[in-house]
Amino acid sequence: MNRTFGGPAIYLDRSDINTDEIIPARYLTEVTKDALKPYLLEDLTLEGFDPQGEPLQQAGVIITRKNFGCGSSREHAPWALEVNGIYTVIAEGYARIFRQNMFNCGMLAIEMPASDIDRLFALQQQGGVEISIDLVAQKLTAKAGEKEENFQFPLTPFDKALVEAGGWVEFADARY
Amino acid sequence: MGQTIAQKIFAAHLRDEPFDGTYVLDLDRVLCHEITTPVAIADLEWRGKDRVFDPSKIKAVIDHVTPAKDSKTAIQGKILREWAGRHEIPDFFDVGQNGVCHVLFPEKGFIRPGYTVIMGDSHTCTHGAFGAFAAGVGTTDLEVGILKGVCAFRKPASILVNISGQLQDQVVSKDVILNVIKQLGVNGATDHVIEFRGPVVDAMSMDARMTLTNMAIEAGGTCGICWPDQVTVDYLWPFISEEYASKEAALADFSKWHSDPDAEYDRVLDIDVTDLEPQVTYDYKPDCVKTAREMKDAPIDQVYIGTCTNGRLEDLQQAAEVLKGRKLAPGVRGILSPASPKIFREAMDQGILAIFMEAGFCITNPTCGACLGMSNGVLAPGEACAATSNRNFQGRMGQGGMVHLMSPATAAASGIKGVVTDPRDI
Repeated sequence: MNRTFGGPAIYLDRSDINTDEIIPARYLTEVTKDALKPYLLEDLTLEGFDPQGEPLQQAGVIITRKNFGCGSSREHAPWALEVNGIYTVIAEGYARIFRQNMFNCGMLAIEMPASDIDRLFALQQQGGVEISIDLVAQKLTAKAGEKEENFQFPLTPFDKALVEAGGWVEFADARY
Repeated sequence: MGQTIAQKIFAAHLRDEPFDGTYVLDLDRVLCHEITTPVAIADLEWRGKDRVFDPSKIKAVIDHVTPAKDSKTAIQGKILREWAGRHEIPDFFDVGQNGVCHVLFPEKGFIRPGYTVIMGDSHTCTHGAFGAFAAGVGTTDLEVGILKGVCAFRKPASILVNISGQLQDQVVSKDVILNVIKQLGVNGATDHVIEFRGPVVDAMSMDARMTLTNMAIEAGGTCGICWPDQVTVDYLWPFISEEYASKEAALADFSKWHSDPDAEYDRVLDIDVTDLEPQVTYDYKPDCVKTAREMKDAPIDQVYIGTCTNGRLEDLQQAAEVLKGRKLAPGVRGILSPASPKIFREAMDQGILAIFMEAGFCITNPTCGACLGMSNGVLAPGEACAATSNRNFQGRMGQGGMVHLMSPATAAASGIKGVVTDPRDI
């Protein structure tokens, strides 16, 4: 799968952002991923965040806090990100099902310690933050103006294999 | 080193360990409903892989929006219905036979101790009440489950929740689990199995145990699990009597799914429930829990009794005991959704439905309904609902609405008073 990870970051400064906030249940009657596109994060109330705003429209990466994607098993949540061109989330931690759904779709749910997440948040003061990702070296670079910060991130061999295979269906079909 | 029940189930189902710490398990059950399965079906078709690994191990139901409310939900039902027909899936439940998945499937005897179960629904953890490893998954995991009969998991680390003491009158398993979630926090059990044990769990019915395990996900847990025992055998006996010579033989067999005495846990939470009071959530996270008396006077516009958490017969009986001879407060709407046709029928035969109707409740067909604001019973902005469901996220039952999670008895008492009320104060 040829997919570019990284891009302009949008910051969601809260823990426990749940799947209902990422994509409300009223849109679960859709049977295509594309139909979810206008509704990403529609119910998230967070100071300074506008679900219709330009920062979200342009974002390729979400940076957030703890336990992102808790709640429902709905894969509509990662799909809503996917159809909006957001293939990477960076957080202190995830709910298990959401995290697995991300990798199952061949997307990246990067987990980093609180101190690294704090550094990423601090960079926001410099203006627009651009993330680039080296999957092989498991290296992440965040650039804002003249400032640049580098991070290492962990990925299990399984996570990596899923991203490389383009998701779990491809991996499982080739192997089982 | 001894093993936990989850480790034993993993060992018995291990198909592959492609990488260290990644366990691909054979599945005994792949459960499906009409919200998360149609996309999996469409993708399998698109990939030219419209197959199922074993139709007898796949069970499907239309339950979230049923009967269909509009063209989109009609299409979702149609996709699932036609797929079940095409693959000759014998256990498919449609209008007239359908009920809330996590209530209907156990009631049909589909879940057994030691089984591995997945479903594209986060509350699949409910089925752990039978001593099964049951996990909610997304559509891609479901798709691979349908096609190949496998699912990948991480190492099943466990948290032991040991529940002792004596529950007071009107204090039930819903109060216990809300208190457990309060103590663990909404991500306190992430990537863990919560093993519920102790004399209080031993004394619980299967209905009550399913309420416990149902909400394991609200603490982030992969699965909530109870040891299979005599209660489990008695519940399953109509379905297993041909497989075992006697109930004693079944019990002896099931006991292989008990954790070893020297099994290791990441954390042990000891709870004495003797002084536990009826619990109610007050905010938009299920770990925001206070006692009903602390929440006293919080206004209620709607009461909702039903769902995979508390739509079982025992739940309806508990609510009916409070409602008997009483009426909902003026301006309070009541909705009862018995969670399966069997429960509906039994509640009717026992006069429970009449009690609800006389109290002023509207009774709907078995469905997930109001719980996630997809079909009936949606709240208007600014309204609050006393709900026996499992999730109180912002907007869950309708944009701008507030959901207070509580037991059936507490919900009934709150409906009568029009404000959150401890059922012991009625």
